[in-house]
Amino acid sequence: MAEISTTPPVQVENPLEGRVERLRNFCSDFSQSKVALAALAVIIALFAVSFGAPIFSPQDPYDLAMLDWMDAFLEPGSEGSGGYIHILGTDNVGRDMLSAIFYGLRTSFMIGLSAGALALLVGICVGLTAAYFGGKIEAVLMRVVDLQLSMPAILLALVMISILGQGIMQIIMALVVAQYAYFARTTNGAAKVERSKDYIEAARSTPLPTHRVLFRHLLPNVMPPLIVVATVQVASAIALEATLSFLGVGLPLTEPSLGSLISNGFKYIHSDRYWLSIYPGIGLMIAVIAINLVGDQVRKVLDPRNSR
Amino acid sequence: MLSYLVTRLAQAVVVVFAMSVIVFVGVFAIGNPIDVMIDPGATQEIRQQMIEKYGFDQPLYVQYWTFLENVFQGDMGTSLVYNIPVIELVFSRFPATLELVLVAVGIAAVIGIPAGLWAGYRPESKSAKLIMALSVLGFSVPTFWIGMLLIMGFAVELGVLPSGGRGDVGSFLGISTSLATADGWSHIILPAINLSLFKMGLLIRLTRAGMVEAMSMDYVRFARAQGLPDNQIVFSHILRNISIPIVTVFGLELGSTLAFAVVTESVFTWPGVGKLIIDSIMQLDRPVMVSYLVLVVILFVFINLAVDLIYAWLDPRVRLKGGA
Repeated sequence: MAEISTTPPVQVENPLEGRVERLRNFCSDFSQSKVALAALAVIIALFAVSFGAPIFSPQDPYDLAMLDWMDAFLEPGSEGSGGYIHILGTDNVGRDMLSAIFYGLRTSFMIGLSAGALALLVGICVGLTAAYFGGKIEAVLMRVVDLQLSMPAILLALVMISILGQGIMQIIMALVVAQYAYFARTTNGAAKVERSKDYIEAARSTPLPTHRVLFRHLLPNVMPPLIVVATVQVASAIALEATLSFLGVGLPLTEPSLGSLISNGFKYIHSDRYWLSIYPGIGLMIAVIAINLVGDQVRKVLDPRNSR
Repeated sequence: MLSYLVTRLAQAVVVVFAMSVIVFVGVFAIGNPIDVMIDPGATQEIRQQMIEKYGFDQPLYVQYWTFLENVFQGDMGTSLVYNIPVIELVFSRFPATLELVLVAVGIAAVIGIPAGLWAGYRPESKSAKLIMALSVLGFSVPTFWIGMLLIMGFAVELGVLPSGGRGDVGSFLGISTSLATADGWSHIILPAINLSLFKMGLLIRLTRAGMVEAMSMDYVRFARAQGLPDNQIVFSHILRNISIPIVTVFGLELGSTLAFAVVTESVFTWPGVGKLIIDSIMQLDRPVMVSYLVLVVILFVFINLAVDLIYAWLDPRVRLKGGA
């Protein structure tokens, strides 16, 4: 407890300046990898087209008044009754595939991001609480977390879907339950290391309330590994949601994500109408791989063994 | 050792009970299977009879107690859709899933371990980098999407392999399996490859990491100094040393492969338990949902236990602590 730190006292700089400096270092380290930069550009582009879907897409694919049965199953590149070219073709009800993919991507991103953020929040709370209090509380909480980690996410998601039913909120809940354990484990591991350090000891000995020590002192120091886990988990949340929707237990086709689009196209796979399922799939693949590549580079940059 | 085993077993039982309560209460809180089962045109009298027959008029805890009592008598209820005992239903579907998983795991091991060894042996070579890039693909691309591409490529465009179903089932040593017929193999090969890709990516990365680490170890340098040829160093020294984490992860992954078979089975309409659970979720077939989920949890808890024990047996340095 009363260990005396042997490191010389560090010159305390203006904390804001230190932060800007670190951010600058992070950016320059990150841009070392051309692949990661390209992936980041792809993600930004996908974000732009998906959240700006009403602007960028030639058609509102879910406005039934704009759909025409005559346009069904148009091949990519052919002109429909709307007077514009369907670059990626149309689906079984004459919906422009490109527009459907933009809108679908938006749903997928929304679900992936909100599930990731909520899972991060729940995971941080569980992990920090366990690390801070230790003892029985930690044993029980982390036992549950480990148990969940030993089961595949898709199984947990299926359990939750069977309990909650289908729909956007239900899917997000299921994803949070399936994924928070990764954040809790990471937070707990990092926080346990930090807990034994002097500054936490010092903060605990002051009359600061527990939550302040947890969130203002402990949390900032366990953030780096959490950011890495978060990128990976957003990607896997998007993939998992697509999988559930593809299986028919996720989103209904009235609120389509990429998964439900692919699922719809899969029905026509034997009739050579490949564009119904291939293009949304490519969109999904590009999104997931780009996020993973960025996450990979972030991990390399934040890895303490790499610090110079 | 014995106290460790008893503690772990007790924990396992508690976990299974807790899960069964969560799943039972959760599943029974949603929807009304009576609406699904009974013809809307049925008279009130028939309706009442059905409700009483399935015990839906009882309070939830009574229903759970009845469920538990029946489970201990080996009866997990009757499927509302197929109208046959759930146990029978699950076990009639289980062999198909098992053979799919075994073939997939086999493919993953036969390709993944050598590829990982090579990637770790010459980490800077072009081929090693290609292998690693492919392993990332195996990780990040969703299984169902690859399965669909396989169907498009091999079944629709080339027309060389069937796109779904289990094919002819032959009998081998008294077990009926599609591995006994050529037609069965042609049906299993695509889904098995599909299911194996994720595992393969994992195995490649694990083996490579172990290999890279081992290459710089003293025992490898000594073996080199002794003049042993490289292939002997790799296969009789390194492989043995890095096999422990590989076996562990592989064991754990066997269970998750069973779960992931849900996706592959749906894509390839493989008549296994995974397809069964998806169908039952969509049809609100409660007894099947509850039984499947409880059975899978039991399976997982015991796979984890078995892996821990094997780990301790393979690596005597691991000390088993009760309640750890």
